[in-house]
Amino acid sequence: MSAYLIRAVSILGGDATDLLLHGGVVAAIGADLTATGDTGDTVEIDGTGLVALPGLVDLHTHLREPGREDAETVESGTQAAALGGFTAVHAMANTEPVADTAGVVEQVWRLGREAGYCDVYPIGAVTVGLQGQQLAELGAMADSAARVRVFSDDGKCVSDAVLMRRALEYVKAFDGVIAQHAQEPRLTEGAQMNEGELSGRLGLTGWPAVAEEAIIARDCLLTAHVGSRLHVCHVSTAGSVEIVRDAKRKGWNVTAEACPHHLLLTDDLAQTYDPIYKVNPPLRTAADGAALRAGLADGTIDIVATDHAPHPHEDKDCEWAAAAFGMLGLETALSIVQETMVDPGLLDWEGVADRMSYAPARIGRIADHGRPIEVGAPANVVLYDPAARRTVVASESASLSRNTPYAGMELPGRVVATFLRGTATVLDGKLQ
Amino acid sequence: MKRHLLSAADLTRDDAMLVLKTAEELRSLADRPIKKLPALRGRTVVNLFFEDSTRTRISFEAAAKRLSADVINFSAKGSSLSKGESLKDTALTLEAMGADAVVVRHGASGAPHRLAHSGWVRSSVVNAGDGTHEHPTQALLDAFTMWRHLGKDGARSGDNLEGRRVAIVGDVLHSRVARSNALLLQTLGAEVTLVAPPTLFPVGIDTWGVETSYDLDAVLPKADVVMMLRVQRERMNASFFPTAREYSRRYGLDGKRMRALQDHTIVMHPGPMVRGMEITADVADSDRSVIVEQVTNGVAVRMAVLYLLLSGANGSDHHGEAPESETDA
Ligand SMILES: [Zn+2]
Repeated sequence: MSAYLIRAVSILGGDATDLLLHGGVVAAIGADLTATGDTGDTVEIDGTGLVALPGLVDLHTHLREPGREDAETVESGTQAAALGGFTAVHAMANTEPVADTAGVVEQVWRLGREAGYCDVYPIGAVTVGLQGQQLAELGAMADSAARVRVFSDDGKCVSDAVLMRRALEYVKAFDGVIAQHAQEPRLTEGAQMNEGELSGRLGLTGWPAVAEEAIIARDCLLTAHVGSRLHVCHVSTAGSVEIVRDAKRKGWNVTAEACPHHLLLTDDLAQTYDPIYKVNPPLRTAADGAALRAGLADGTIDIVATDHAPHPHEDKDCEWAAAAFGMLGLETALSIVQETMVDPGLLDWEGVADRMSYAPARIGRIADHGRPIEVGAPANVVLYDPAARRTVVASESASLSRNTPYAGMELPGRVVATFLRGTATVLDGKLQ
Repeated sequence: MKRHLLSAADLTRDDAMLVLKTAEELRSLADRPIKKLPALRGRTVVNLFFEDSTRTRISFEAAAKRLSADVINFSAKGSSLSKGESLKDTALTLEAMGADAVVVRHGASGAPHRLAHSGWVRSSVVNAGDGTHEHPTQALLDAFTMWRHLGKDGARSGDNLEGRRVAIVGDVLHSRVARSNALLLQTLGAEVTLVAPPTLFPVGIDTWGVETSYDLDAVLPKADVVMMLRVQRERMNASFFPTAREYSRRYGLDGKRMRALQDHTIVMHPGPMVRGMEITADVADSDRSVIVEQVTNGVAVRMAVLYLLLSGANGSDHHGEAPESETDA
């Protein structure tokens, strides 16, 4: 295994220093490091102008395998992740078959290990077949080789209050967390976009903010009542931010995520009727976006998660109502966080490391990721050039799908290198 | 005019008046023995109907044929769409047939917009009703009908609908007719009041620039036009109103309510009517009712739209002038 000696890099935006990755760990940090004898072939990288961040951790990725290998595979999805600076992703359970048994989660976990581009932590379904009727074997998934700690019916809401209560209670036995896709189903029947002035004009069925907020409020109360742990997926409204803020103030064990697209994009894009902008929960108003950014800055929103949702071309190349919900996110997440949070001064690089690495690893209970860049820590590191600018080209994605809403958009920053336990998965912006 | 007619908002006041005046000239043809004009000879108009609407399709078909265009009717229901053929594939097939205009009716809001802006077809796209979004030619024929009765001669100010009060009553939430009419009538200077129970107004209605009311009886005496919208009985199953009977009692137009109207006020309905629900038979068949005339006017207005769109696309410089009749020669 090669060693990497990164010269004059800025760790989390700090003063330039050298950084030696060797033996799978951060071997040394300091000025004018020299490659020691036992490091063999040491590769030197000029880190001037680059920021070193801990390897990013995504708590919300759709890898589509098994079942929809035409949209994404574990291999292609983890390649996209590595190019985006991620060293660990949590794979959502809404595959075919659903990841609701120890067998399926172990299969996904194994595929991740074989692909080798980043670590894959399967998320287990809360209910059998995501049907919202009966608890899946959460304990068996927790005890499996995949060591599942995050459970979610994402794509669907665990809307039954009793089932949600039981799930929250049950996972306490193994320190699990329920990651809720908060969407009151009756209030969102046939919903196509954010309910507001525009949905009325465009004649697209509205997805009202209250359908998200009502579930979050209920789940926060249930979590407090049974003393468990709740994670709220893709918070998208200003009202949701307020509810989470209030729950945290009360000391309840609630965490929340925001997606890059909700930080940057707004519902007026639906005016194009181009379903590249169709996502669930939908793009919201500019005021909602501002509330999310403020919540992410003050820690109300704990993490950024991508909700990377690949879809084959034909599922987006059609009329809005017939199109699938979801958009790609892994390869653009860090750039969008820079654009929406770092460049406007809402978050520094230490804050980015927290929201995109430390905190998601903590919520997912994974020990080997989300560690500060310190001597002895696993060498999961990203080198990022915040001064670069690039125009997003859909066909350049490592994902098998092309449904990025950012195509043609100029975004700041570029992932130069990603190291997974000291092995480069990306060097000079290219997959290794 | 723009190349496509996707929304009533695509029309300026000049555009809309041009359509109405062209339609007026074309309508006089209807009374002549030979009803055909050579204006669109050699051009192909495709009626692409993904949703059943015999009346709208026949109206467009008659309009295109009277302008001597070749007409291809494509009804997706029960044919390729049920086998999973997409809007795009169908569009590409039609494009290969050399369509100059595609008249599209689709159950999904925005489908005509997609057709026009996705690079699938090069032809002009006319929205013949998309989901719960818009139905601009319906709004044009409605405005034409109002203009013939209230605008042309008896207008208070100028040759348009300036200051005329139009009440549109019924299921605004699900109505593409209401959306297109609200836009077009404001463009033409009319004052629009939408009347419905609160459940049948969309969120954000306050930004439409129209008046709204929950009280039909308060609105009727001031209206110059009362347009009743179709209300499906099934809406009560989704609790938009308790029962059909209560809806009719509060928002239906019956003989008693009709007597509250001013003498000149006309009653309209885009059809198909649910008699006994939003309108009673005696009102629909009364002298005030212009519902049958709306159908006649529909052909003239669609002729005008096809003529103006295609003669413009042709690059010919008689854009805007009404075509001369063959029989005039
Ligand atoms: Zn979700």
